[in-house]
Parts: sequence; structure tokens; C-alpha cells
Amino acid sequence: MSTAETTATAQAPARAGESTAPAGNGMRFVGWASNYIDERTSISGAVKFLGRKIFPDHWSFMLGEVALYSFIVILLSGTFLTLFFQASMVEVHYEGSYEPLKGLPMSVAMASTLDISFDIRGGLLVRQIHHWAALLFVASIGLHMLRVFFTGAFRKPRELNWVIGFILFILAMAEGFTGYSLPDDLLSGNGLRIIDGMVKGFPIVGTWISYLLFGGEFPGTDIVGRLYMLHIMVLPALVIAAIGIHMLLLIVNKHTQFAAPGRTNDNVVGAPILPVFAAKAGGFFFIVFGVIVAIAALVTINPVWNYGPYDPSPISAGTQPDWYIGFADGALRLVPPGWEFEIFGGYTLSLNILVPVIVLGLFIVTVLIYPFIEAWVTGDKREHHIAERPRNAPTRTAIGAAGVTFYAALWAAASSDLIATHFKLAVEHVTWGIQAWLILGPFIAYFLAKRICLGLQKKDREIALHGFESGRIVRMPGGEYIEVHEQLSDYERWRLVSFQEYKPLMIRPNAEGKITLRQRFRARLSRWFFEDRIAPVTQKELESSNHH
Amino acid sequence: MAQDHGSTGTEVAHRAAPSAGTAVIPTDAVENPGFPPYRPRVTDLDPAKEKAQERRVIAMFLVSALGSVLAVVAYIAFPITPGDMESVRTNNLLFGLAGALALLAVGVGAVHWSKSLMHGHDLVEQRHDTRGSEPTRASALEIFRQANEESGFGRRKFLRNSLIGALVVSPVPAVVLLRDLAPAADPVPLLKHTMWAEGVRLTRDPSGTPIRASDVTLGSAFHVIPEGLHETSHPLEEKAKAAVLVMRLKPEQLHVTEGREDWNYAGIIAYSKICTHVGCPVALYEQITHHLLCPCHQSQFDITHEAKVIFGPAKRPLPQLPITVDDEGYLIARSDFTEPVGPSFWERSV
Repeated sequence: MSTAETTATAQAPARAGESTAPAGNGMRFVGWASNYIDERTSISGAVKFLGRKIFPDHWSFMLGEVALYSFIVILLSGTFLTLFFQASMVEVHYEGSYEPLKGLPMSVAMASTLDISFDIRGGLLVRQIHHWAALLFVASIGLHMLRVFFTGAFRKPRELNWVIGFILFILAMAEGFTGYSLPDDLLSGNGLRIIDGMVKGFPIVGTWISYLLFGGEFPGTDIVGRLYMLHIMVLPALVIAAIGIHMLLLIVNKHTQFAAPGRTNDNVVGAPILPVFAAKAGGFFFIVFGVIVAIAALVTINPVWNYGPYDPSPISAGTQPDWYIGFADGALRLVPPGWEFEIFGGYTLSLNILVPVIVLGLFIVTVLIYPFIEAWVTGDKREHHIAERPRNAPTRTAIGAAGVTFYAALWAAASSDLIATHFKLAVEHVTWGIQAWLILGPFIAYFLAKRICLGLQKKDREIALHGFESGRIVRMPGGEYIEVHEQLSDYERWRLVSFQEYKPLMIRPNAEGKITLRQRFRARLSRWFFEDRIAPVTQKELESSNHH
Repeated sequence: MAQDHGSTGTEVAHRAAPSAGTAVIPTDAVENPGFPPYRPRVTDLDPAKEKAQERRVIAMFLVSALGSVLAVVAYIAFPITPGDMESVRTNNLLFGLAGALALLAVGVGAVHWSKSLMHGHDLVEQRHDTRGSEPTRASALEIFRQANEESGFGRRKFLRNSLIGALVVSPVPAVVLLRDLAPAADPVPLLKHTMWAEGVRLTRDPSGTPIRASDVTLGSAFHVIPEGLHETSHPLEEKAKAAVLVMRLKPEQLHVTEGREDWNYAGIIAYSKICTHVGCPVALYEQITHHLLCPCHQSQFDITHEAKVIFGPAKRPLPQLPITVDDEGYLIARSDFTEPVGPSFWERSV
């Protein structure tokens, strides 16, 4: 019945027989080199361990790959940029070839950025590759996280890898922001000004942290050099270390797979690293790289020459941060007027800064610890290797939809002025609209997503039991018209019936006969998660439905 | 922990199966039908098609090599002429597109090779528990026990705690070391003062030319810096505090509070340009409504009411700079700002 090979190694003899390569000089060299290296590193063990490891296939598994490959592109292009960029805020008069800025005072950082753009062949391309790749890096990490969240791929044994991935997301945003600030142009300078203003708003320590960060009063002459050190040394080292652990845990845990005939919680079905996965993934790296280069060749990004050098007085209307900072900027914009108070004899408490920072902090911490919350609610200590379809975990999917809606509201708020000008609305109305969306939107999204999931589950159940509508209408001898339902094959049905359900926790007294508060809370959460549920089709139901 | 269900009874492992929590363990779940039969690809069945796909992949790789050559050609054939922006654009476009072709073709070729020509059957690998086997775990525990025994780590409590104490304190010098990230001076007095002082002329930004009261016509707005800003040792830091907007309204449009009667000159008023929210320049002046708008977070200030906040996250009005004119008719400051400018900070009003 099964045609897939049962083990990876069973495959080897047949293949080896087919391809007895002629032992030419090339092969002899490869043989000699392999032996030389193995005798000094024992690398054959690694090849044996990794070479035929199986990777399951699904389009959504590619999102994490995009993140990894765009990071490699960032490293390559960034290395080129360091050959020319000078992270100094010493003032010079620009003498490069961009006419409109000639003779203007600016920092060396800005001048060298203009030189990279206009006086070095391919320099503009590499700058744009670096910036586009950075935007793609953060975007693909975000989508990868959503994939992992909505399929429950964070469940045991992968909770820690979720945490590492989350750290990578934060590091990626930090990398992005520090890099964005380096050219010392008007736009990024105003971005730093906002950071300065936010830091100053922190109680007690804010003034001093800003003072230390900028090496004196804002803007100072130190910040670009300091951010450069973070951007090209500390943060990349942390990112590389975190990616290393992320990949290592991926190998230890093996990849999840979606339910399909023959796939179980105890196996991995897919292509081996050598040769199929290596060829696909290696090829995909070049495709990601190629797409980034094509975009960089065709679409301008961050034209710092249009903004000019940083000056604390001018600003352009409709300025936007890079997309991944938008949610934080939007949070600042949504604060209603007047949230700033003087306390204990004159100290200033800037709630208009603290509240958005705390709300964002709670939001991302919830994302960070979600796997542990769900594990506590279900009490499930088993390993899970089958990725769930989002509909089969309705409450989780609904929580995710609420989170996405919340984030989207913050994100949209960062463009409130552009939304107002594009749609000819008053900016006040846009802000009030988004404030309402921020509060109400998540509830609506939660409710809708949950209903849609339950509806889809019911539909799955219906199709699994009674087949699908074939579109063929038949007139019965009695004159009655019916539509013929076509049954699914066992293979097709498997995907619809092979999911797990949980039921709400029943409160039981503990050994001392007491019901603890903790137990009550857990039962309440459990009821919230699993009260509405659709049971998977059982064998008995299937048989009885086949009889009529 | 919840034990709603006992063991399912099917496990015969050497240890108790991990708890399934509140999961429902079905007794008659539908059975996994096993692997479906392999659906051969055309390249599996027809050697001619296999050959054709092979040629296609080779063509991709050759196109890629061609793209690399073209990129080098573009680099040399379309150099940058200093001052000619068109040449920058051409260099960027052609070098980039040829490079993209080289990368995309080799990538697409490799993926196509793997999908159409490489062995297409799925392979199966068994998973094992992530946790170490019982003997391995026992050995690990034994090693810890032995190490503890041999070192006395658990037994010599005072020794252990003094080690922990020493390690906790050890990073403190490194933290202290960071003090000189900023100068010795206390930042708070610096934040409370600007370059403005009695008699300092208001000058245009960026030229630094002084402004006559008669230049400021009704409805106009001037971006202003203090005279002598460019000669200071830290012009950007000074400007970040001292930037001012000057506008003229009809005197009867101004709602002047007590004590500020002589802060404007015939309807000419000067306000700090640095937003009281997080410090962006409040650079957008709406002439008809006399509103100032901060483009960063949309705080709006009403100039007729001494720049009080009418919308947005800012709380405080923009500080007003008291001004008058000197003997020659130029606008001058009567004093520094009477309160700190820019974003709020903890010690602001202390």
C-alpha cells in the first residue's frame, strides 16, 4: 500500500547501483579531499547525521527561509557598505557630485552616504539592496511567526525555539532602526529626535539615559558612531548566535508537518537534505537574492539626498518610519490629549509616552509567553509534531486574529496623516476612527475568526461524512430532484478528520479537598478556550454514514 | 495538573506516557490510510521529456552565467559621470538587472532541477522523544551528583553563597565605567536654558540675517534662530533648543494672559518650534486657522490662544519667547524662554 520508502537508508543501495560514476581524476580528487578532511575533523559523522535528514514540504515553511536568506543578503551587502561608509558626525562641506547639496554643511556620515550613492559604481544599488533586504528580513520574520502561531507549531517541544525566534524579531527591528539612523539625514535625525523625546519621558532615569546615549545634549556628535558599533558588531553577533541556536533546535526537534495520509506524529515525511532539499533551498536562496536585487535596481528606497542633512529645525510633512517601526510610532499618535501630569511636588510624569510604551510592552510579552499560557491551559505534556490547521484551534486562531487587528490599528495610525490627505478626511477623524478600531477591532476580529473557524470545521465534518456536492442533478423515478454527493477517498478524507480536540477542564478538589484559586482561573481559561468545539469524525460515524 | 483521562492503555513504553492534559483521546478515531500511491511525473515516465527538462535546466544555468558577464559589461560600459544623475540611474538599473538575472536564473534552474529531475519520492524518517533516553539522563544526573560531591558545592553553603555574591557584584565596575558616555555637567540645567537672552536678535533660519518688525507682514511666518548661532561651538545642540517660529496676527486676535502683555510686538509673536511631545519641529503653520501642526504625531497648537494644545498627544503649550524691537527696528528677545522647551522630562518643573 505504501510506496514511500520507509527509511531513508533503505533508499541508498538502489541508487548507488544506478550511479556508479566513472572514477575520473575529478572523482579521485574529491575522494582524496574528503578523506583528508575526515581524517582531521571526523566530518563523515556530520554528513551521515545530516545528509539524509528529512524536511517536509509546504509553501508556508518557506517564510522562515526567506528570513534566513535575506539576512545573508544583508550581511553581504552590509560588508560592502562598511568599505565606504564613515560613521562620523564631524561637520564637512559636501563636495561630491550631487549638485543640489554641494557646499552644504553636513556630517561625514551623510557625505559618505551620498558618495556611496553617487560616486561609487554600484554603490547606490548595494545601498538599496541592503535597505530592501532589511525590510524583507523583518517582514518575513513576522509572517514566519504568524505561520508558527496559527498552526500551533510552537507547542511542545518547540516553545523555546519560539522564544529564540521572538528574540530574533526584536533584534531584527533593532538592527533596522540602528541602520536607518546611520546616514544622519533629516528623516532619520527626526526619528532619533523622537527616540530622545521618548527616553526623556521615562520617569526618574529618562533625562540621564538620553544624556548618556547621545553623549550630551541632543543631537551631539556621538550617536551615529555608537549606533554604528551596535549595528555592525553587537547586534549582528547576537542575530547570528540566535539563528545558530534556532537552526540547531530545528534539527534536534525536526520540522513539523501538516497532516496527510501516512504522516503521523512519530514520523517526518519529505525530501532529504542531500540532494533534493539542498538544491531547492540553495536555489531558493538565489531566487530571494535575485528578487531583492531586481527591486533594488528598479525601485528607489530611502533617497536621503531628497531629505538633506539633519538639522533640528526643518521637517517634511508626511514623514514615515520604516514599516516595522510604524506600530510604535502609531501608538504614540493614538494617545488622547492631556496625558501628562506633575506629581510629588513638580516631577513630570509623561503618561503620553509611558502608556504606549507599556501597552506595546504588554503586547509583545503576551506574544512571547503565549506558548506557555496555552500549555498551562491544556495541561498537555505530549510532543506535537503535526502542524494544526488554524480552523481546528478556533480560540487560538481568534486570539491571533485579535492580535493582528490590534497591531494593524497601531500600524495604520503611523500613517494617519497620509490616510487623511489621500482620502480627503480630517486627521482628527482618522485618529478617532483608529482609536475606536484599536479598542473594538480586536473583539470584532476575535468573534468573526472564531465563528469562521467553527463554520469551516462544521463544513469539513459534513464533507468527511457525506462527501461533497458534485454538481450533478439527478431526477429520481418519483420526480424528485437530488444532487449527487461524491464521497471522498480515504486519502482525501484524512486531512479533514485527523485533528485533536480538547475539552474544558473540570475543577476537582486537590488532595486537601480544596479548590484553589489557581485551579479556578485555569478552569475559566480552559472553558474560554474549549467551550465551543467541534469533535472530529469517528470511525463509527463514518461507517454509519456510508450505510445510507 | 489535570488528569481527566487515565492513560489510554495503548502505550507500552518503559515510562508513563506524558499527560495529555484536557485533550480528548478518541477511542474509535478514523485510521490513518497510509501513504497514497506515488504519482509519477512526466519526467519519470518519458525519457525524452526528462532530457528536455535537463536541457532547460542547463539553459537556465547558462543564462545565469550570461547575466554575470552582462553585469560586468554594464559596470564598465555605463560608468558614473560625476554630476550626471542620469548616469547613476543607468548604472544602477543595468548593473542591477543583469545581476538579478544571474541570480534568478541559477536559482530557478536549481529548483527546477530538484523538482523535475531529482528523485521524487517522499522519504520517511522516524521521530524519537526529544528528551534523552533514561540511561543518558541517569548518567547526566550522576555526573552532577558526583561533581557536587567532589566540590562540596551544595555542602559548603557559605562558600557557595560568597561565590554567588562576588559574581553578582562583579559587573558593577563595568556599569560605572559607562558614566563618561556623557560630559560631567548635569543635564537638567542645560535643558532649562537656551541661547536666547535679553537683546539677542531674531534672525532667519538658515541665513542668519536679522528680521525687522516691518518685514513680518500679517499672515507671514518666519523660521527663526538666535543671532550668532553659527558662531557657537555646538550650533546643532543650541538650535535643537532655540529654534523659533515667528508669526504676525492682528493684535485683537490674540488672547493674551496676564503677565504676557508685553511679550508680543504689535501682534508679532514668537513660539518655540520644538514640540512639547517628543521634540519634532512643529513646522506646519495653517494661516487661516492660526494652527500649528506637528507632522510627527499630529499635535496641534492654537496660536491665538498662546499655542495651547487643541489636538494630539502633546500636553503643554509651546513655550512663548518674549520679544520686542531694538532701536534699529529689529526684533529682539526680551529674555530667555521662561520655561524649558521641547519634550517633557522628569525634572522639568523642579
